[in-house]
Amino acid sequence: MERFSTLSATAAPLPQQNVDTDFIIRIERCTGTPREEIGRYAFETARFDKDGSENPEFALNQPQYRGAKILVCGEFFGTGSSREMAVWALAGMGIRCLIAPSFGQIFYGNCFQNGLLPIVLASSQVGELMRAAAEGKTFEIDLEKQTVNGTIGFEIAPRRKKMLLEGLDEIALTLAMEPKIAAFQAADRERRPWIYA
Amino acid sequence: MSGRTLFDKVWDQHVVEDLGDGMNLMFVSRHVISELSGHRAQLEIGRRGLKTRNPELTLGTMDHVVSTVPGARGGPAPWADKIIDGFRAESRKSGLRLYDIGEDGQGIVHVIGPELGFTQPGTLLVCADSHSCTHGALGALAWGIGSSELAHVLATQTIVQQRPRTMRVRFDGAPARGVTAKDLILALIGRIGTAGGAGYAVEYAGEAICNMEVEGRLTVCNLSIELGAKVGMVAPDEKTYSYLKGRRLAPSGALWNQALAHWRTLPTDPTAHFDVEHRVDASALAPQITWGTSPEDVIAVDGTVPDTKPEARAYMGLSAGQRIAGTRIDRVFIGSCTNSRLSDLRAAAAVLGGRKAAQHVRAWAVPGSWRVKQDAEAEGLHEVFLAAGFEWREAGCSMCVAANGDYVEPLARCVSTSNRNFVGRQGPQARTHLASPATAAAAAVAGEIVDIRGF
Repeated sequence: MERFSTLSATAAPLPQQNVDTDFIIRIERCTGTPREEIGRYAFETARFDKDGSENPEFALNQPQYRGAKILVCGEFFGTGSSREMAVWALAGMGIRCLIAPSFGQIFYGNCFQNGLLPIVLASSQVGELMRAAAEGKTFEIDLEKQTVNGTIGFEIAPRRKKMLLEGLDEIALTLAMEPKIAAFQAADRERRPWIYA
Repeated sequence: MSGRTLFDKVWDQHVVEDLGDGMNLMFVSRHVISELSGHRAQLEIGRRGLKTRNPELTLGTMDHVVSTVPGARGGPAPWADKIIDGFRAESRKSGLRLYDIGEDGQGIVHVIGPELGFTQPGTLLVCADSHSCTHGALGALAWGIGSSELAHVLATQTIVQQRPRTMRVRFDGAPARGVTAKDLILALIGRIGTAGGAGYAVEYAGEAICNMEVEGRLTVCNLSIELGAKVGMVAPDEKTYSYLKGRRLAPSGALWNQALAHWRTLPTDPTAHFDVEHRVDASALAPQITWGTSPEDVIAVDGTVPDTKPEARAYMGLSAGQRIAGTRIDRVFIGSCTNSRLSDLRAAAAVLGGRKAAQHVRAWAVPGSWRVKQDAEAEGLHEVFLAAGFEWREAGCSMCVAANGDYVEPLARCVSTSNRNFVGRQGPQARTHLASPATAAAAAVAGEIVDIRGF
């Protein structure tokens, strides 16, 4: 997994609330699109008009946000379907960090599996950053120090932080715990044999 | 000393290792997998040289991309067959329990888990689908996961998870005639919002839940994720046990008695503490229907469209202050993991009762599983639907997620028993109104949104 330590980049404002993963990536793009190509379909219905041309109203189509690696989002970004392709699509268009007052819970977990950093901040702080993004300011994210632009602190579970900083692979970490899993299973089989019947 | 909740008990029984700061390595005692999300993960672990660690704890089926055209036995197109064939081959190779298309047992993952008795009280069940919370209706601890987590579960039979806080929602009183499980949970989502349950494991309780049959509880728990909660649960009780007894993968003989004794220890202790509690007077509720593009955009069917969320109103082609009843519709969809079980089909058929769908309405009934379809046909429900002008289709997710080409046309208005009214969910520019099977069936006949209570 790609590591995440610091990031200095433009941030695009996406103030809509309850942006769902169906909206981030349409289901038709989840059925066979190779992962490396899925980024071109992120926010498809908002990014493109029916004839395939870009919708100039959509933030990520505007010149100042072309290279944006950060999205400042409205409440409950990533709600809905568990489709991890939503995260792949964002990553595919270069997004590495999301800032919102809250996230859809499954989406939030999926971000960490793909080297994206989702940051939860108070609504007032997100509002302030939304204005800074609208002004085209460059954002500085520091995961080690857990700060946005040097002064705004954020919370993150220590394990998640370590995994992002070191680019760790969760499957490999868990496989190393196999003796503990096997011991748990053996004890559980004694206690609840019907589970394994 | 304060007691423990159902959630606490099941959670604690699955902790393999405390990883610190509220993160735990959890043992997955039940894993359900289907073709669309499952196949990629199967390939991923194969690429890493890993195998499915516990195929005997894994249940597989095809639901998302299968064709539901009457008589169909595969995907709607070659791209779908490729996913189905690939999933079938990998599943057989791994030795998991696969219920293939055309077999007794195939269907929507959240319908067949309970139907087969694979979902059991006290199990920790995950599936790479957000509506996995459905299984909590039997007292399982169940939630939806992503593709990477799915690969992790296949390879290790565990999942790393942060312990959520707990919420209890009591539905007091008896719902009025025409008010169903779907209406109860929609009303709750309308009240506390689509993020109201975020970060919580929710337990549903109270008189209305205690008196509700298991299939209704499955509907309630199914919509937990639309409340923002990954987990929704109902304490197992006599209804749960009689529902499970004799099912194909449920314990039998001496193991049944042993399991039953354990299940009886699971319900929340009277002194247990929840981080948050809500109460809803179920007896005061009217049938519910959504007007907007989030499940929280819900009103009583005799209500009016509010003057909030102008973008949602514009998308839905509605005006503020407009009565929702009387809105002309084009499509009706009865199906999905929310409302495609036998009792749902019975409820819809009872409303149809020999009447026909309006001429301009194209209506579908899509059973949730092969078994539901057979059972419905055995009692003649398919004849009621067909006589009403409905299409009677094969089991699958169908028009809820529109992954298989079953979709609502642009700008068409659909009353749907599914779970999401998101922009474009049922097809680009499709307009979805979520409602109960009874309300959906009544709308089909009336050709417009209608109050089931006066129907």
